[in-house]
Amino acid sequence: MAEKKWIPRWFYQLASPRWCYQITGKLLPWFMGTTLLLLLGGTVWALLFAPADYQQGNSFRIIYLHVPAAILAQSAYMLMAVAGAVGLIWKMKVADMVLKSAAPIGASMAVLALLTGAIWGKPTWGSWWVWDARLTSMLILFFLYLGVMALNSAIENESTAAQASAVLALVGLVNIPIIKYSVEWWNTLHQPATFTLTEKPAMPVEMWLPLLVMVIGFYCFFAVSLMQRLRNEIIWRERRTGWVRELLNKQ
Amino acid sequence: MTPKRKQRLFLVLFIVVGVGISVGLTLFALSQNINLFYSPTQIAAGEAPQDTRIRAGGMVVEGSIKRDPDSLFVSFEITDYDKTVTVEYVGILPDLFREGQGIVAQGSMNEHGVLDAVEVLAKHDENYMPPEVAEALAKAGKMPMPEGQEFNK
Repeated sequence: MAEKKWIPRWFYQLASPRWCYQITGKLLPWFMGTTLLLLLGGTVWALLFAPADYQQGNSFRIIYLHVPAAILAQSAYMLMAVAGAVGLIWKMKVADMVLKSAAPIGASMAVLALLTGAIWGKPTWGSWWVWDARLTSMLILFFLYLGVMALNSAIENESTAAQASAVLALVGLVNIPIIKYSVEWWNTLHQPATFTLTEKPAMPVEMWLPLLVMVIGFYCFFAVSLMQRLRNEIIWRERRTGWVRELLNKQ
Repeated sequence: MTPKRKQRLFLVLFIVVGVGISVGLTLFALSQNINLFYSPTQIAAGEAPQDTRIRAGGMVVEGSIKRDPDSLFVSFEITDYDKTVTVEYVGILPDLFREGQGIVAQGSMNEHGVLDAVEVLAKHDENYMPPEVAEALAKAGKMPMPEGQEFNK
């Protein structure tokens, strides 16, 4: 088998719902503990110990929810699109399930980012909503999530639903670079990124360290909820197989 | 990879690249319309349409704010460090409005070349810092001013 040389073994193992169920079961408690630790610690640090901003005072603290939620909404979409591509190319059932499970989580993150942004925008900018490129592209991301969810539940046949939503997820992928670079390509009211991987953050360390903790905490939270939804989905779709019946009988 | 999978891989790549190119070209064609505001230089060069509602963005010029003591009328100048536009507004200004702050005003240009604003929004930059740091930086004259560059695009 020549293909094994450049595609690792775990990739094919992931294709087995049973293996996937078992490995996520082992990973889940670790991720849950880390999530709890990071989110609790990060929240206390961000709200009580991080210094206030010189212009906005304490209202800037909403950044500790807004930025992680916005990052996660985009990361979850990219994961969804990759899962869609894998599902289309390799016809992997687990990839279809990942796509279906990631959509509602990503949609809630997008809602959280839009809401916290609006709440911050009213006192800071003087407006709840402005139709600038960043805000509009983020709203489109939310609608794309809704579209994927709607397609998935509207089509009865599981594999047709997966195919249709995978194509939609891939088409919507073009929106991700638009969101990211909207603040650089066009004049927008939204400020450019404070926090990037490549550059020094435009805030002092005692402000961005709790933000980093919150971002990692949000990623872990996403992993936890994705794994839980995925496990539910696996059990439901494999309900007629021997190993699931055995599992249910044991309980 | 089996030929069948390879074929589907190319199909997926075709979708992503094809949509990317078409949306990219559309946005490129629309690029002016997506901008939220015109800079004072663009307005001075006549790029902003007359007799219709536009947005103008710039930094509030130091010492240019004139308030009417009996009403909410306020007049100020905005600049991109090249050209300047005068803005007149009646209403409540956002918290962050001050001299040297980046703002976006929506309204229409009148015959005197003054923008009659119906809405004034404050633009925040990406810099956050504690008050003590801001004070120290201002004293040393090293306050970052990225908004100016941005309005000067």
